Amino acid sequence: MGAEFVQLSLVPLLIGTLAAMACALPGNFLILRRQALIGDAISHVVLPGIVVAFLITGAVTTWPMLLGAAGAALVAVALIEAIKRLGKIEAGAAMGVVFTSMFAGGVLLLEQSDTSSVHLDVEHALYGNLESLIWLDASGWSSLFDPSALAYLPAELGRIAIVTLLVAALLLVFWRVLKIATFDEGFAATLGLPVGLISLGVVATAALAAVAAFDAVGSIIVIAMFICPPAAARLMTNRLERQIWISLGFAALSAILGYVLAGYGPLWLGLQDSVSAAGMIATVSGLILMLAALFGPCRARVGAGAGS
Amino acid sequence: MQPFISALLLQSGYNAALVCVGAALLGAAAGATGTFLFLRKRALVSDAIAHATLPGVTLAYVAMVFLGGDGRNLAGLLGGAGLSALLGLLAVNTLVARTRLAEDAAIGAVLSVFFGFGIVMLTVIQTLNRGQPAGLEGFLLGSTAGMLRADALVIAIGGAFAVGMVIALRRPLGIIAFDSGFASATGVHVARMDLLLMALVMAVVVVGLKVVGLILIVAMLIIPPVSARFWTDRTDRVLLLAGLMGGVAAYIGAALSASAPDLPTGAVIVMVSALGFVISLLLAPGRGSLAVFIGARRFQARVHLRQGLLALGHGERIFDRYTLNVLRRAGFIRRDGVATVDGQTEGVRALRDEARWRLVRRTYHDEAITQRYDGLTPIETVLTADEIALIDAQLGARHGR
Amino acid sequence: MTSALEVRALSVSYGQKPAVFSVDVTCPVGKMMAIIGPNGAGKSTFLKAVLGIVPRLSGEVTVFGQPLAAARRRIAYVPQRASVDWDFPTRVVDVVMMGQFRRLGLLGLVRPSHRTRALDCLTRVGMADFAERQIGQLSGGQQQRVFLARALAQEADLYMLDEPFAGVDAATEKAIIDVLKSLRAEGRTVIAVHHDLSTVADYFDHVMLINLRKIADGPVASAFTAENLQATYGGRLAGAHIEQLQLPAA
Repeated sequence: MGAEFVQLSLVPLLIGTLAAMACALPGNFLILRRQALIGDAISHVVLPGIVVAFLITGAVTTWPMLLGAAGAALVAVALIEAIKRLGKIEAGAAMGVVFTSMFAGGVLLLEQSDTSSVHLDVEHALYGNLESLIWLDASGWSSLFDPSALAYLPAELGRIAIVTLLVAALLLVFWRVLKIATFDEGFAATLGLPVGLISLGVVATAALAAVAAFDAVGSIIVIAMFICPPAAARLMTNRLERQIWISLGFAALSAILGYVLAGYGPLWLGLQDSVSAAGMIATVSGLILMLAALFGPCRARVGAGAGS
Repeated sequence: MQPFISALLLQSGYNAALVCVGAALLGAAAGATGTFLFLRKRALVSDAIAHATLPGVTLAYVAMVFLGGDGRNLAGLLGGAGLSALLGLLAVNTLVARTRLAEDAAIGAVLSVFFGFGIVMLTVIQTLNRGQPAGLEGFLLGSTAGMLRADALVIAIGGAFAVGMVIALRRPLGIIAFDSGFASATGVHVARMDLLLMALVMAVVVVGLKVVGLILIVAMLIIPPVSARFWTDRTDRVLLLAGLMGGVAAYIGAALSASAPDLPTGAVIVMVSALGFVISLLLAPGRGSLAVFIGARRFQARVHLRQGLLALGHGERIFDRYTLNVLRRAGFIRRDGVATVDGQTEGVRALRDEARWRLVRRTYHDEAITQRYDGLTPIETVLTADEIALIDAQLGARHGR
Repeated sequence: MTSALEVRALSVSYGQKPAVFSVDVTCPVGKMMAIIGPNGAGKSTFLKAVLGIVPRLSGEVTVFGQPLAAARRRIAYVPQRASVDWDFPTRVVDVVMMGQFRRLGLLGLVRPSHRTRALDCLTRVGMADFAERQIGQLSGGQQQRVFLARALAQEADLYMLDEPFAGVDAATEKAIIDVLKSLRAEGRTVIAVHHDLSTVADYFDHVMLINLRKIADGPVASAFTAENLQATYGGRLAGAHIEQLQLPAA
């Protein structure tokens, strides 16, 4: 595990792990608030977002794409909320209407625009290309302390690291109000807490994590990271604090195991190329959830759930 | 415009006509099937089912290639899709039944994990094909090229079958959608019906994959029922309207797509459907936003007017600005807040109405009458003149007049 | 100032169906007031509208002479048990700690004194032994006590409870009413939506009768009469039932 590991695998592993953890953190609250599928909605509208950004800027550089994705996420969330209130439609249907329409709009724009000049990699947007985030300028573990080599680290690493720290910081600062407002919204309102703003904040943080992660692992896989590690963690413990930590552990495990299996698994099986790392990460997180659902100590439904 | 019109009239050639008719049938089937999912508040289960087809499709491809056949055999691929969709559905139900996870978490987990595994298999196939794509990307976004006659036939037959089944089963499905506990009690086999409904959804998804692709078939299952709901409160009418809106949107969308280049069929159909949704959301009478907004404003004015008149009748000072505005506009008070002659008369009337209602609510046992009281309804609309006279007499007696 | 809560011309509707219409009521300081009325009369809605949990169509709410927003720290709310997912990953003591949010603020560290206070509140409702238990493992009555303990931790001057005695066992009912009476003895005010007419006179000293409109309010002796009950419940309350209640002479 020398120079080759540092050059080819270290950075993707780090990025994948950070992306998974950045999504798992808000995912814990999305699940408890029964808003798990907002991740589904956000992931699907990323495509039209980057198509619009491409149409406006004419290039496929990173920042316009990220801004386009973020913009689309915010538009989607706003539209979903508007439709829910105006039409008195339940959340799932509202989400379904908004994100499928936006996705169709994105596909239409894609076909209509002059894509012959620049290729907009749809597959990349959907399931990312983690394996390509290599650090060729590294020559071994010593490069971690070599500023000239560090300057050539893929930019995605810095971005996802910052976002992960930001999300973690937000969670820490607002921990108390998040817990109270998620457990009992009516009580929180009587304390004077701005429950609407808190709800928006959770979704906005999720959108931030989704956009940052989509850069590395594509949009569809982000849903897996929002849901599977926190859901598995929920089945393992009755304490919210522990649930958060366990979800981070499961997220990291999914990322590392998934990446390794995708990269080296086929070689072990005698095949030539690796398979999609992002897809494998999602699959592993699903396997962890399955194991938790079968054997987790707190998997059974104990109390009477609130009317869903 | 001309190509569009001729496409609408099925004059643009055999292929285009086939696409239009097939799409319309698919749209109607999806709209009708999706209605019950929507009424059951399980709209996004269709998203899970759609995404769960990917592993099945890829595994079927690999299996068929290994068995020496053509990897792209439609029946085989669709069969694989159906099987893995079924597995996904079972996974969702098991997660909800056996663990403390809520349904949305289960749907999201199955959706993403199955799709993720499908992506893995896609890349495996790429490896096997030495880097050549398997031509399965069409399943994600649908086919933009013309439809084969065989494809259109599959869609037409599958769609017609699904529509037929939904119509045949609309009564039990409707009861379950409304109240599954009640349905159980009346002998409707809820679990079996649910499974049947899911099977229908799967059939529609699998059939529609080829035309509009994975993500857009979900649109056709969700958007028409949601749009239809704005126009009526009766389940069978929602069903009918959803099927109609789905079919019409698909027909128009397919015609549009055939009449110009670079207009992928699935996307256009969904956009037409979305337009129908926006119109329904805003303009439907009764439940549309415009109607609701106007109704709410009127209602609020009525409430404030009534409260204001009662206050006038009691001779109380009114503080609420909105109430003062409403009273002023109706000519019941002057600019300085003092009651006009009309205002005084109406105030007395309101008080008398209140007093009559108070007596009625105390003494009448007929709930059909007492339930009508909502603070605003005048008693003249509920009781006859002689009944009111009787009440007035009693009121007079009580006050020792 | 003599009133803990003053409500004027409060109206609430769901869509275009009125649920509460033009209610005026005042609750004096240091009293225990019951809100009674038939099912669907708007009792819960009234409470929630007063607290700002559901939007109101019209009306003003004044708490201890101040508008609601300024007086929030003096109010504690005990919602119905069904409003919460009891499978939520949290312990009994954590729920009570939520009541200390004002003291702790957003980032304040939890000190042993906070925990001691939480345990004291639990002791007051007889649930100290259950502090570490996950809330889903509690019975209905125990859950109700935990909610009350949370409210106690808020150290409020006005306590507003939504059906605190609904579906609880006799021991819990006694525990709760004892705590409420001790609150009143401390000079605090208690307002509770109540469903059991036979205990109104024992537990409460003030009462408000509501059925869409306020029918009557005031001290139990003068407001809790057969005539007012008849007006509130309409034909639904049989004469025999009213007799059973042994009401004071009208």
